[in-house]
Amino acid sequence: ETRFKIAADGRSVDQAGLKFDMSDFDGYAVEVALRLKEKEGQGDITVISLGPAVVQETLRKALSMGADRAVQLEVESVPFDGLAIARALAAELKDGGYDLILFGRMSIDSSNQTVGPMTAELLGLPCMTAASSLEIAGGRATARRELEGAAEILEFPLPAVITIDEGIARPRLPSLKGIMGAKKKPLEVKPAQLGDVHLTVTQMELPPERTGGRIIGEGPDAVPELVRLLRTEAKVL
Amino acid sequence: MANTFAYAETRAGELRRVALEAVTAARQLADASGGGEVHALIVGAPGVAPKAEQLGRYGADVVTVVEDSALDKYSPEVVAATAAQLIGAGGYRVAVFSASAQGKDLAPRVAAKLGVSMISDATSLQLNGDAVVSQHPVNTGKVIAKVNLTGSPALVTIRPGAVAPAEANRAARVESAKPAIDPASARVVPKELIQGNTAQLDLGEAPVVVSGGRGLKVPENFKLLEDLAAAFGNAAVGATRAVTDEGWRPHSDQIGQTGRLVSPELYIAAGISGAIQHLAGMRTSRTIVAINRDREAPIFKIADYGIVGDALEIVPVLTEAVKEAKKE
Ligand SMILES: Cc1cc2nc3c(=O)[nH]c(=O)nc-3n(C[C@H](O)[C@H](O)[C@H](O)COP(=O)(O)OP(=O)(O)OC[C@H]3O[C@@H](n4cnc5c(N)ncnc54)[C@H](O)[C@@H]3O)c2cc1C
Ligand SMILES: Nc1ncnc2c1ncn2[C@@H]1O[C@H](COP(=O)(O)O)[C@@H](O)[C@H]1O
Repeated sequence: ETRFKIAADGRSVDQAGLKFDMSDFDGYAVEVALRLKEKEGQGDITVISLGPAVVQETLRKALSMGADRAVQLEVESVPFDGLAIARALAAELKDGGYDLILFGRMSIDSSNQTVGPMTAELLGLPCMTAASSLEIAGGRATARRELEGAAEILEFPLPAVITIDEGIARPRLPSLKGIMGAKKKPLEVKPAQLGDVHLTVTQMELPPERTGGRIIGEGPDAVPELVRLLRTEAKVL
Repeated sequence: MANTFAYAETRAGELRRVALEAVTAARQLADASGGGEVHALIVGAPGVAPKAEQLGRYGADVVTVVEDSALDKYSPEVVAATAAQLIGAGGYRVAVFSASAQGKDLAPRVAAKLGVSMISDATSLQLNGDAVVSQHPVNTGKVIAKVNLTGSPALVTIRPGAVAPAEANRAARVESAKPAIDPASARVVPKELIQGNTAQLDLGEAPVVVSGGRGLKVPENFKLLEDLAAAFGNAAVGATRAVTDEGWRPHSDQIGQTGRLVSPELYIAAGISGAIQHLAGMRTSRTIVAINRDREAPIFKIADYGIVGDALEIVPVLTEAVKEAKKE
């Protein structure tokens, strides 16, 4: 398990020794795009990432999974402000002629869940967030969103923006052929037209470490001791 | 200070607990920053207006009710346009939403319409000079970021459970308003609300969560966990991804990095190995109990109390013991 360290500036994560990878939900989004293309038998998949040079690795991974071309919107560091990112993505996407613009439900590092729906608003496109299932037919989509203890089904026309939850499609591993092929696919680097940044991180902290590890016994015989501890020590019973 | 806005979430005509949390958070922020009124918005089908009184009890001074027969289900574009119009016209310093599934859909739409940035999933909320300051767990809860938001209005979604609803006894003035756009013109159309078992507590709200993993062997054995949950009386049942992948439990029960994040007073993990993606969803629980056959299972490293052994034998005994304890 990765234990994060806070960098010397006190407001970012120490990146030494960290391995960068595609965010979980972006893996699902890429997979959804690939399956739609396979099902339709046509289409062109562009992957876009805003960030410094390291994001090229993520873009190459998407290309090796089967995406057709990639665009890096270059910035020195990714702002924490979702609207600033959304403005840059919207500027890149507005003339793209895309039928579908897919996002992950949430990025793992910022965990903001704002970039997708903000980009949709800026582009004036219909938007569905956190789709856990998706069907597309005749230029319309039907999707499901999980709620707390419930779910809802929504319908909307394409072109549209959809943010992808887990449950639709597990990402494939790039094949060797895919990895070789990805090297020849176009990866364009452009400066990002970032919006103004109003949301910043001023400090990062690690949550208090858990002090677990106490085994109180074996088998059903340990139950009375557990109940005693839950009552007297943890006071949850 | 200027007034504060709060969005009061409803589902099937009922106020959700997070609505009371949002109004409470707005009230507390207003009180801590020199006063000002709290204005709440509630949207639904005709019949939702009487809920306004309850929002007054939690600190709303004004409740705007938008009723329309086409709004029995959450209609993202209509609610976003309506909230943006009210917030834009009201001169609010801060607008509070819930970091629920609905709030996370709604707030970024409203923020982009207003051209303002927003804070997500805040576990605290303060005004500090010309900035709104919050804490927000990032990297699946492994790091807590303190964030600073400038610009007005400042939109914030509050993490469910971060603020306990507190009564403030206001007699809210109720105003009715029309949706900002014709519901029939919405491109994104809500078709169906699939209600889960409404008698059951939501995972995010239950004080006790009893979770099962692949170690339970077959789906039928989840009955043992349901019985244990029933013995507690205030518990919900969760699962690992191994379990939801198999279809033993619905995906909505999954706890972890790509599922629900929970932080109950008591979390009981039965037949769960403790993969990092699972821990990401429950590690902030106050007390953790693990039951696992394998003494080396990683779950024991973060458990306050561990029992080594067969969950299928241990859980029923625990259920009886909890029943006894509850009697006393
Ligand atoms: C991108 C990504 C996202 C993920 N997101 C999530 C997520 O959100 N949530 C999540 O849970 N997982 C997630 N996972 C999966 C995660 O890595 C693990 O595979 C999963 O949590 C394992 O589930 P488990 O503990 O039920 O199963 P296992 O790891 O198979 O563990 C079963 C455990 O049961 C024990 N056991 C067996 N029989 C008994 C018995 N009779 N009594 C007691 N104990 C017994 C075994 O000792 C073992 O420890 C994700 C993985 C990836 C790659
Ligand atoms: N820097 C970025 N470049 C490209 N896409 C991004 C970037 N940041 C966020 N996104 C997309 O927006 C989704 C939600 O991110 P967030 O709003 O940060 O939780 C991610 O899953 C990505 O699909």
